[in-house]
Formats: sequence, structure tokens, C-alpha cells
Amino acid sequence: MNIVVLLKQTPDTESVIRIATDGKSIVTDDLKWIINPYDEYAVEVALRLREQHGGTVVILSWGPNRVVESMRTALAMGADSGVLIDDPDLEGADSLGVAKALAAAAKQLNPDIVLCGSRAVDYDLAQRGAMVAEFLQWPHVALAISLECDGSKVSVDRPIEGGKVSLQADLPALVTFGGSHGIWNPRYASLPGIMKAKKKPIDLKKLSDLGLSASECGAQAIKMRITSLEMPPQRAPGRIVEGADAAVKAQAVVRELHEEAKLI
Amino acid sequence: MGNCVCVITEFRGGNFRRVSAEAASEGRRIADALGCSLCAVAIGSGTGAKAADLGAYGVDKVYAADDPLLEYYVAETYVPVIAEIVKKCDPSVVILPASVDGKDLGARLAARLDASLAQDCIQISCEGGTIKAKRPIFAGKTLAWCQWEAGSLPIISCRPNVMECLVPMPDKKAEVEKVDVPLPAPRAKVIGLELDTSGKVELTEAGVIVSGGRGMKGPENFAILEELARSLGGAVGASRSAVDAGWRPHSDQIGQTGKVVNPNLYIAAGISGAIQHLAGMGSSKFVVAVNKDPDAPIFSKADLGVVEDLFTFIPALTEEVKKMKSTC
Repeated sequence: MNIVVLLKQTPDTESVIRIATDGKSIVTDDLKWIINPYDEYAVEVALRLREQHGGTVVILSWGPNRVVESMRTALAMGADSGVLIDDPDLEGADSLGVAKALAAAAKQLNPDIVLCGSRAVDYDLAQRGAMVAEFLQWPHVALAISLECDGSKVSVDRPIEGGKVSLQADLPALVTFGGSHGIWNPRYASLPGIMKAKKKPIDLKKLSDLGLSASECGAQAIKMRITSLEMPPQRAPGRIVEGADAAVKAQAVVRELHEEAKLI
Repeated sequence: MGNCVCVITEFRGGNFRRVSAEAASEGRRIADALGCSLCAVAIGSGTGAKAADLGAYGVDKVYAADDPLLEYYVAETYVPVIAEIVKKCDPSVVILPASVDGKDLGARLAARLDASLAQDCIQISCEGGTIKAKRPIFAGKTLAWCQWEAGSLPIISCRPNVMECLVPMPDKKAEVEKVDVPLPAPRAKVIGLELDTSGKVELTEAGVIVSGGRGMKGPENFAILEELARSLGGAVGASRSAVDAGWRPHSDQIGQTGKVVNPNLYIAAGISGAIQHLAGMGSSKFVVAVNKDPDAPIFSKADLGVVEDLFTFIPALTEEVKKMKSTC
């Protein structure tokens, strides 16, 4: 089974986000970069599928050279090889442009299944998987919290408001992952894994290698841009409730919620 | 370009979900600002009979795609149908709910229409006829204003519980046009559905959330939070530590790698307030935090802080809430 994982490198979720002086981007100097946690679940599932069905796991990513480090982490977990779309023309592309490039690159790898996170913890665009599937003209199932695959069909559970739905798709298909660290338990890279990962191939691609041009999916093709960033409104400093014991404090809280905040 | 605002509604179990009314209400405001009409897509099984009711939220015209095969959302069948309707009504902007299905649908629709999508928006402005949308990024640590290039269609999904619903006008009926778009043979299908019938409120749509963290000490202790939530008509959430410990299902997790919520009232019990959790609940309108540790970071995000043992405070609070409710 040929498995492709779409992997985005994002700032660590611990990061404090600061707005840059241009007012529309963030300060990246002191950020620590990680594999987007939802994409890490996809890597884990890819490795399990390979254990079950054989085949290869290719990590497909995009961005500048720093992304290689996160790709190596996925290779150390056990993936076989990587493809990085590293092209200055793709910088500043919107999600539509990135999805076009990813779909073109995925197509060249001739996969049976493409896996990725349902969203990335940086810009929360939440659209890469569905867009890539549309460009590949494949079915997709989103936000999986479980996955079974017999080699010709893939079944997942997907949480919806007030319940969950089970979906099945014929391969080739694309699956996006939701859930949590506790559900997928992505494996850690072993020391031998880290040593081996250093020798695993990572192919660098330009848009032209994918049959695309900057005018189709680069910064010049963008349809939407961020015009400004702002910090969320700061909450006015709160108050610590005083009182002799828990019962008195509970009374004070309920009074406040009723009389001042009008919430009860 | 464009001659209307188009809203995509969500229909489940024979009714439009509340997020549809929120999206329609926001659509009405934008249509008024642009001086154009508001049309809506009603897709599902049984939408034809209910479509005219969308007039109550300011919709002028509804395109109803009603077919038993459309009972459940599957991207592959929904998207081509909706794309045809959108092309037909040629809108200046498309608005849909940022529900679980809405976010997925919006993304695939955008790719099909070669358009750009802003997900989970909390505000739409159209000063001078230019559409802009504000959305949280980094789970709400920062907010971004997005703007579309001239000539490209904005697609905007609205975060549930944020856009204010119009006061319904039950006498106002929308014009309904039935749409017959041939459905593609889907390669993906729904094979099972489990709905929680306990009446549990969905976290992203809840007005009140009572949330527990590591301080809860074990799964059995969440019963006191359940009871408080019940007395307030709210839902129970959890921090990542409580979910990772296996005390609560992942669907309860609030934070950067969980749900981002924005209730009117958020009560945090035994949650210290890691930066990822604060990102997930920071836009709650009123926050009460209970923690034994007076230095817990959660207090910096709380309107009211209670330094107390939660196991004595929460039951006391529940009792006071019940007392208050019985006298109101």
C-alpha cells in the first residue's frame, strides 16, 4: 500500500504568539517548530497501515528548509522517505494554492491513500485535506477518531455535534484526523530510528517539477490575504472572591452571576 | 460581480439546526449592507417542506435540494449539488456555519469553485462594500482580518454561538425553488450513526460550560460537575490532562488541540490553566475559576476567582444555583 502523509510544520503549542511590526504576520525568530500534532496522528496511522499491509510511507511537506527537521522526525518514527516542496514562489500562497501544489505532488507518488490532520494548530485553516481530495477527485472522510482499512476500503468514525457517524470510502481516498493524543498515541522515535532517518531520502521539488507555475498557486495567485492581526481583547482583571468558607463564597458567586452578570 | 448573499444551511433530523439561523441572520445583515437579496441553500432529506420557514430569519429565496440520498452529509454528494446552486445564484459572498460538517463542506466547495475560504469567523464587516472577516488563529491567541482579492468569491464559515440570531419573523415565508441536480455515485457513504439521546449539550454550542482538570483527581468525581452543569443547563468539558488521563472522552477536550469554545459562562474547576487551555476558552464571556492554588494561571483569565477546595465549593455552588433558580 502506497501511503502519503501530508505534514505541516507548526510552532509548538506552548508558543507565545507575538504580532510582527508589519502588523500582519507573527514574530517567528524565537519559535520552536514541531510537527502539527494532527499530522503526527496521521504519521502514526500510516505506520500502522504499513505494518498491516506492507508498502511505503512517504512524508509530503512544503515550506522552507527548516521543515526538513520535522520531516526527519517523521522518518525517525519510521516513515520511508520524504518530498519537500521548497519553492520561494509558494511562499505567501493561500491554502487554495498550497492544496493545488500538494495535490500535484501527491499525484506523482501514486498513493492508495493520503492521510493528514484535520487542521493545523497554527492558522487553523482547516481545509487542506478536503481541498486536496477535491483536486485529486477522490473521496475523502474527515476528522477520523478511529480507522480501519482492508486494503480496498477505509472506514472511520467521525464525531459530529451530539454523536458520531461512521463513514466508509473506496480507495484511493483521503482521510483527515481529529481526536487527541490519547486516542492515537503517536510513537516516539527510537534511537536507531533517529540514526536511520539521517540516511533516508528527502526529495526537494520546485513548482515546475510538479507541472505548476507561480501564477497558478503562488503568492501572485492568492485570492485572500490577511490584512491585519490583532490581539484578542484582554479580560479586565478579575476579582478573588472573599468569604469565611466555601458556602459563603458560593453564595457570593451566585449573587454576582445573577445580579451583575445576569447569567442565572 | 454577484447579485445576492448566499447562505448554506444545515438540516438534520427534519429541522434546520440553530447554526443555520445564525448564518442566515448574519447573511441578512450583510445583504442589507450590500443592498442585495439573501438566498439560501437547503440541502438534505425533507428540506422542501421546511424551506419556506427560513424566511423567518430574513431569507428571501431558498434553493431546496431534497432527496432521501441527501439525508446525511457526505462531501462527495453535497458539494457538487451546492456548487451548482452557488453558480446559479451568483452571490457576492457565501456564508455557512462552521459546524463539523460545515467546515468540511466549505473547504471542498471552495476548491471546487476555485475560491478562498475563511473558517470559523467571529465577525464579518463590509465597509464600503468590501467584505472582510475576522477569525481566530493559533486557537485564539491572535485574531486575523482576512480580505479577498477583487473578483474572487469570499466563502466564510461562522463560528457557532457568535453571530447573533435575528428575532424570528414566523409570518415571513421565503420563496422556494426546488433544485434537481443529478447526484454523483458516491465512493464514500455513511454506514452508521450514533446520536446521544441524553440531551447532552454540544460544547461548541453550549451557553454554559463547567470544565474539570487534573484537580478532579479521578473520573468518578466529574459527577459533581455534571450536577452543576445540569442545574445551569450547560455542558461538561475537560482539560487535556483530564482527557489524557482517560477520565473524560476526547470530545470533551477544550484547548488548542481540542475544541475552542465561547459560552456565556465558563466555570473551570481544578484547571491550572496551561496556555493551550487558555487559548481554547479565552473568548468565553464570563469565567469563574476554582482552584486551591492561588497562583494558578487560570485566575488571570477569570472574572471571578475562588481559592477553595473544589470538592467542597462545587457542591455548595450547585446548591446555591438550585436555590436561586427555585426562587426566580
